[in-house]
Amino acid sequence: MKYFVCVFLLLALTAHADDTDYASARMAMLTEVQNYAKLARDTDDATFNDDVMRALATVERHEFVPESEKPFAYENHPLPIGHGQTISQPYIVALMTELIDAKPDDVVLEIGTGSGYQAAILAKLVNHVYSIEIIEALADQARERLARLGYDNVTTKLSDGYYGWEEHAPFDAIVVTAAPSHIPPPLIQQLKPGGRLVVPVGGRFMTQQLLLIEKTEDDEIITRQIAAVRFVPLTGKH
Amino acid sequence: MRALFFATLLVSAAAIAYEILLMRVLSIVQWHHFAYMIISLALLGYGASGTFIAVNKRWLEPRFDLAFAASGLLFSIAMIACFVLGQRVPFNALEIVWDPRQLISLSVIYLVFFVPFFFAACCIGLAFTCRKSFVSRIYFFDLLGAGLGAVLIVGLLFARPPQDALIVLAVLALVASITVGVRLPPRKALIAMQILWLGALLFGMPQNLLGMRLSEYKGLSQAMQVVDSEVLTASSSPLGLLTVVESPQVPFRHAPGLSFNTRFVPPEQLAVFTDGDSISAITRFDGDFSALAYLGDVTAALPYQLLSEPHALILGAGGGSDVLLALYNGAARIDAVELNPQMTALVRDTYADFAGHLYQDSRITVHTKEARGFVTQSKDHYDLIHVGLLDSFAASGSGLQALNESYLYTVEAIRDYVQHTAPGGMLAITRWLKLPPRDSLKLVATVIEALRKEGVADPGRQLALIRSWNTSTLLVKNGDFTANEIEVIREFSRSHSFDTAFYPSMPASDANRFNILAQAYLYDGVSALLGNDADDFVARYKFHIAPATDNRPYFFHFLKWSALPEFMSLIRRGGAGLIEWGYLILMATLIQATIAGAVLIVLPLSRVKRSWPHGIGTRMGGYFFLLGLAFLFIEIAFIQKFILFLSHPLYSVAVVLSGFLVFAGVGSAYSGRLTQKARQKERSPVDVAVAGISAIALLYLVLLPFLFQQLIGLTDSIKMLFSVLLIAPLAFCMGMPFPIGLSRLADGAPNFIPWAWGINGFASVISASLATLLAIQFGFTTVVLLALGLYVTAASISRNYIR
Repeated sequence: MKYFVCVFLLLALTAHADDTDYASARMAMLTEVQNYAKLARDTDDATFNDDVMRALATVERHEFVPESEKPFAYENHPLPIGHGQTISQPYIVALMTELIDAKPDDVVLEIGTGSGYQAAILAKLVNHVYSIEIIEALADQARERLARLGYDNVTTKLSDGYYGWEEHAPFDAIVVTAAPSHIPPPLIQQLKPGGRLVVPVGGRFMTQQLLLIEKTEDDEIITRQIAAVRFVPLTGKH
Repeated sequence: MRALFFATLLVSAAAIAYEILLMRVLSIVQWHHFAYMIISLALLGYGASGTFIAVNKRWLEPRFDLAFAASGLLFSIAMIACFVLGQRVPFNALEIVWDPRQLISLSVIYLVFFVPFFFAACCIGLAFTCRKSFVSRIYFFDLLGAGLGAVLIVGLLFARPPQDALIVLAVLALVASITVGVRLPPRKALIAMQILWLGALLFGMPQNLLGMRLSEYKGLSQAMQVVDSEVLTASSSPLGLLTVVESPQVPFRHAPGLSFNTRFVPPEQLAVFTDGDSISAITRFDGDFSALAYLGDVTAALPYQLLSEPHALILGAGGGSDVLLALYNGAARIDAVELNPQMTALVRDTYADFAGHLYQDSRITVHTKEARGFVTQSKDHYDLIHVGLLDSFAASGSGLQALNESYLYTVEAIRDYVQHTAPGGMLAITRWLKLPPRDSLKLVATVIEALRKEGVADPGRQLALIRSWNTSTLLVKNGDFTANEIEVIREFSRSHSFDTAFYPSMPASDANRFNILAQAYLYDGVSALLGNDADDFVARYKFHIAPATDNRPYFFHFLKWSALPEFMSLIRRGGAGLIEWGYLILMATLIQATIAGAVLIVLPLSRVKRSWPHGIGTRMGGYFFLLGLAFLFIEIAFIQKFILFLSHPLYSVAVVLSGFLVFAGVGSAYSGRLTQKARQKERSPVDVAVAGISAIALLYLVLLPFLFQQLIGLTDSIKMLFSVLLIAPLAFCMGMPFPIGLSRLADGAPNFIPWAWGINGFASVISASLATLLAIQFGFTTVVLLALGLYVTAASISRNYIR
């Protein structure tokens, strides 16, 4: 019996130590993301807004990566999650989240659940997140993971994201986590007037730019392409 | 001795065939950037075996037959084992920026694939070392084997998938082992292993073990992850592995540059992946053009708004998307050019019903030819020449194409296209759009240069560029754009929410209106490229956007060394996409080749007795080092140069590599006679050989572009034969300095010979990657001139010693 108590205590302590490690790693990641925001933003805001940073601070990224990648969970870079997919770089997640300008009452559609990390971040900021995944294994894992971690305002399904999620449309915002060859017209139709759609463009490990589509109150479409990094003068001295 | 000659031929054939096979396989499972690593690996195998034999000569010599048979058997086993193991090393080229462990994996791959070449080279090296009296005949069979091996693998890859070709090569090596082994007093262990391995090769090799494991980040792997997606057919040839995939649950909807404003959705499509990437779509077509209405809403539809019922030439027809585009938009006649006959057959035969018998349409003529060669040879003038968008954004965006030679987007190519447009006709090129702009601006720079060379005083009058959020379409008109045409371009762009990035006399206010960028990068860029300070703009731009040329056909190479430190510092803040990782992987390969060469070739030589006359070490060490560098510089430059002529990198590697090997061998055999003749005239034989090399190489630098232009339309087999004939005299001369040096050492400093081999091998190993880096940076002409400089230096430092 003593033996079991000792083992239990040891495990509890180890688990606690792990949590502390993860928490401090998370804080370090936040500092880096915020610092880079100051340095690299191509917008008027010098930093990411507090709500986005709070969401990043509370979602446990290590819960969303495979066991082998846990030691790197709070590195500010993308990580493989199997099936040829990745969990995005925290800096890009922050940038995308801020771009959709999420509000507490919003209903958001995500195309490409992946690990569920982006959905979890959004879940901290909005009323409900609907998320669609086309890879069965990832869809199952993400559904189980989000439920286990208590994200009960996220609903996922295995389906073709091209046609959006008609029964829950229109959406205040839509996040497409990987760029297709074209933006599916049904997604734009399912965007509310005043809504925003954001897509990262580039390879799995290298986001080149972000595409932001805004639908005005008059149903007019305005798109902006935002560089993932602020490139200092392109023809500057070097 | 016949058995040994035969075995040597088999090993040599299997080794070069395996080298070419690996290039093919690694292009499929990874990307093209491994090709030069494989050449370096093969040379490392030969260099390391030379050192191994020199160090262990006393032990090996009396056991020659056994050592040969064992090496042959191990070569055969290693071919399969390393093929299986090498693909299981968890390497992700895309992740190299984030994860230093990838560099370790890259090194492990390098070392794994080194093993089979080491054993193959042990067989050949042992034969040379231990059967000295038959050296010239062994050399002959070695070289004959190399030539036959190159032909064999190209033929095999046409007939069978790479895995089957691998089995054939492993059997060849095993037969070599058995051929020599049967002459030994019976050795049960060896015989048992040979029989067991033969049985395994012929009957027991599980196909799933030999399966190709594609990077999970390639397009095909990603498509196969989708629910219910299924491979319908796969066909393989040296030109590529074509995989047709159907995805009924989540259909493919490949439509780059489709307008946000469109009301149309692409119909059902089958995806055709080339080497597991570069998606091309076969679109369902039943004769009802209304189902193709989306094809009126892509940026590539622009030229058809300006031309009435044009005669269109589609370069790179792929799965037929651009042919449909032309048909939908009213082309009266279409010539579609596709390099790969298997791709054409998919649309014309296998999926003819699905594609609506597109290629049977009387308006369409399909040509199975290389695009550049077709245009050069064509007597027609077209209303529209359309260059298709066949590479994937993922590969393009991650910079993995940086090392790909592309002769489609060079100044010379654009001139060819422009010359083949009818008056008032157009050239249209659609590219993926990156931020900050790279491809699009480099293409404009290349076009401006081409037009200037065509005598156009004001190229800006003939250019128009529009962009969607992810593509740009450039029009180059044969003549000035009219006011009416400009209005059509503006209206087409406005109605589709595409941005006009340039048209003649475009006001700045017309740029950057729909897909808003922080700055009107393209408009500003094109305006600068057309201005008086264009050279200054190109020099100051952070990416390499100077025009691509046939001498430096690296259209996808954008990285400037000077910008690298800045880009590296931006990686973690969203800047990873600024760097071309294919190029840096080549750098990493060069570094690991240098380390591996030093450790496996040069370092073990310290065990060989060092006693030779004073000064020989430095002088002749330098001589053999320079020869190693120079030979490979010329060989690699020629491989790259001949891609233009022979249409595909694999053909070029096979022809140039075997051509150089065979004729350098012939030159080597002749070197003794040259030495005698030179002595009679009191000249250094090296000087004579180097004079020959210089004269021929310089002549080729001038002559080859012209010859290629004239002869590019010939059939592949004739072009290959002609290439070998061109290579022959140069390789013949290049084969001489090495044996001349060796034979001099045999007289004066025999103990230095293993060092000479080792140093030369080391130089060759690093030279394969170094030559590619230099070609990308400075062009082929510079690499060849540099090689000549190295030859001349080698001749001069050896002059007092070799007479």
